[in-house]
Amino acid sequence: MSTDIAIRTHNLTRRFGNLVAVDRVNLTVPRAYIYGFLGPNGSGKSTTIRMLCGLLKPSDGEAEVLGLNIPREAEALKRKIGYMTQRFSLYEDLSVGENLEFIAKVYSLARTQRHQRIAQQLELFDLKDRRQQRAGTLSGGQKQRLALAAATLHQPELLFLDEPTSAVDPQSRRDFWEFLFQLANHGTTILVSTHYMDEAERCHALAILDRGSIVADGTPKTLEANINAHVIEIEPADLSVVREILMRVPHVLSVTQLGVRLRILVDRAVDDPAGFIKDELRDSQPDAEVTLARASLEDVFVAATQLRSRERAA
Amino acid sequence: MNSLRRIFAILQKEIRQLSRDRLTFGMIIGIPMIQIALFGFAINTDVRHLRAAVADESNTELSRTLAADAQATQVVDIVAHVRTAIELEGLLRDGDIDVGLYIPPDYPRRLQQHERSAAQLLVDGSDPIILGAARQLANLTQHYDSEPSQPLRAALFEIRNHYNPERRSAVNVVPALMGVILTMTMVLFTAVAIVRERERGNLELLINTPVKTVELMLGKIVPYIFIGLLQVTLIILLGMLLFRVPVAGALSNVYLGSLALIAANLSLGLLISTLAQSQFQAMQMTFFFFLPSILLSGFMFPFAGMPKAAQYIAEVLPLTHFVRIIRGVMLRGADLVHMLPDLGALLIFTAITLTLAVLRFHKRLD
Repeated sequence: MSTDIAIRTHNLTRRFGNLVAVDRVNLTVPRAYIYGFLGPNGSGKSTTIRMLCGLLKPSDGEAEVLGLNIPREAEALKRKIGYMTQRFSLYEDLSVGENLEFIAKVYSLARTQRHQRIAQQLELFDLKDRRQQRAGTLSGGQKQRLALAAATLHQPELLFLDEPTSAVDPQSRRDFWEFLFQLANHGTTILVSTHYMDEAERCHALAILDRGSIVADGTPKTLEANINAHVIEIEPADLSVVREILMRVPHVLSVTQLGVRLRILVDRAVDDPAGFIKDELRDSQPDAEVTLARASLEDVFVAATQLRSRERAA
Repeated sequence: MNSLRRIFAILQKEIRQLSRDRLTFGMIIGIPMIQIALFGFAINTDVRHLRAAVADESNTELSRTLAADAQATQVVDIVAHVRTAIELEGLLRDGDIDVGLYIPPDYPRRLQQHERSAAQLLVDGSDPIILGAARQLANLTQHYDSEPSQPLRAALFEIRNHYNPERRSAVNVVPALMGVILTMTMVLFTAVAIVRERERGNLELLINTPVKTVELMLGKIVPYIFIGLLQVTLIILLGMLLFRVPVAGALSNVYLGSLALIAANLSLGLLISTLAQSQFQAMQMTFFFFLPSILLSGFMFPFAGMPKAAQYIAEVLPLTHFVRIIRGVMLRGADLVHMLPDLGALLIFTAITLTLAVLRFHKRLD
């Protein structure tokens, strides 16, 4: 295995009884990448991350993380990875400093290294003034920074972040991502799951998950370029009527309202999507302006998940 | 070395959290104090001072002596004198008295007729302990002023009371109470301590670190061993100060026996923590175990008096064995060497539950 690949999986599968939570996932994550998992709740993001950490045994398939076979060599992996859970999972009744001290000891950092690393992290994550404060009394953003400080205290090569920003305000999210880029610039590989489009756009590469499967993956740019749908925008007089009509048209994948406009995804198989939509609206809204638009990551996400559910229905 | 350091890290964290958790800390000290006070003072199977009334229709020298003798036993306090048996029944029904003493008008004549009883004792039999106490009264004999030194009949048995000559319940209750308190607190604390980490999500973080299952369990258990020993000390001190409970055997034996019970209870707590999904469930399971422990261990009722089936169940409970050990050591001055079967039972219980807990905990990661 080449050393510039951090994670590689082959047909990774996890079943819970009859439910297939993760279905034949094939992943390749290069080192020092921020790799995103984009998907709704229940799409298998957390389960995949837990399998890659060695917390859950795969039902099928293989995974190699940092050159170690998972789950066989999971114990050896634990020193090399950091993991930030969806919920704040440090001790609320311990102070910021005590929490970091505990984590440092658990990772067996030597005394001098321990003091040095804790001081560095407090400085970096702007928690120096909070050292004596109980973690339970911190704000959402501060908790977030503390959790990341704890997860990176032992300088892991690979960092797993499970929906790290689901409970913080936009400014804290921006700051948080600045920290992530700093870490990636220093060579840390980061696997982050999210359901925010703007966060997904900031990743070096990402995989879109839907009901346990990867439905699309690549860099945000290539994903947008290779979208398997046309994006159409119209500004009709009567939004709800047009919406109603278009929803019943076979090649229309989705209709989303954006203020006074409608954003429509049309199957790639249609040659002239603008003309096609105009035709459909000839009777009800003959003068509506129809324009082609650039695909966003959200369009990619909707198109990928919609196409898949249609294939299922067919 | 690293392993020890990790155990110590968990231990230190546990003690820090404990010192901040005022409720738990209060329970560690409060439960022994309250229980000692409750069981030592309030629960007294040595019944005295039952409220009694006398209906003396005979009103002779002899009948007055009988009433005075009844009072002198201290089993009853005569709180009222009435005229008829019907009034007596009324008082009994209303709960004003526990015992009624009825002396018929022909009492002196009845005394001569041995085939008939001379007087009647009306008892509120709803509480068997009161009934038992009243039965002692029935053994009372009439004595005559003319022959004070010669009782009519000699008692069939002479009763000699060993180990608790003053017949104080506290002497019997306090040593066993130590076991009851340890059973309640040790099982509950460990079960809750781990389930709480799971509930709050701490465990998901912990199992992603290099900490091993055994290290985690040891780090969690060790602080509670010391807390258990602290409670033992507190109970012995309170027992000695408040109730003059003797420690006939070696103090080291008391602590060794207690350690065996603490170990059994802590490992049971760990096992519960691997089964319970929430702190509430952990609490329920603890009480599911605690209740039979209290009722069947010989703490509440004499072991020998229980049905065979109950005795078999009791043999499985650690408290049963501890009650035997601690009463032996503290009251009879027995040496632990003579109580090896009970000590062994505690150790076997610990080994089995601890093994199950470690096995189950390992599975739960998946």
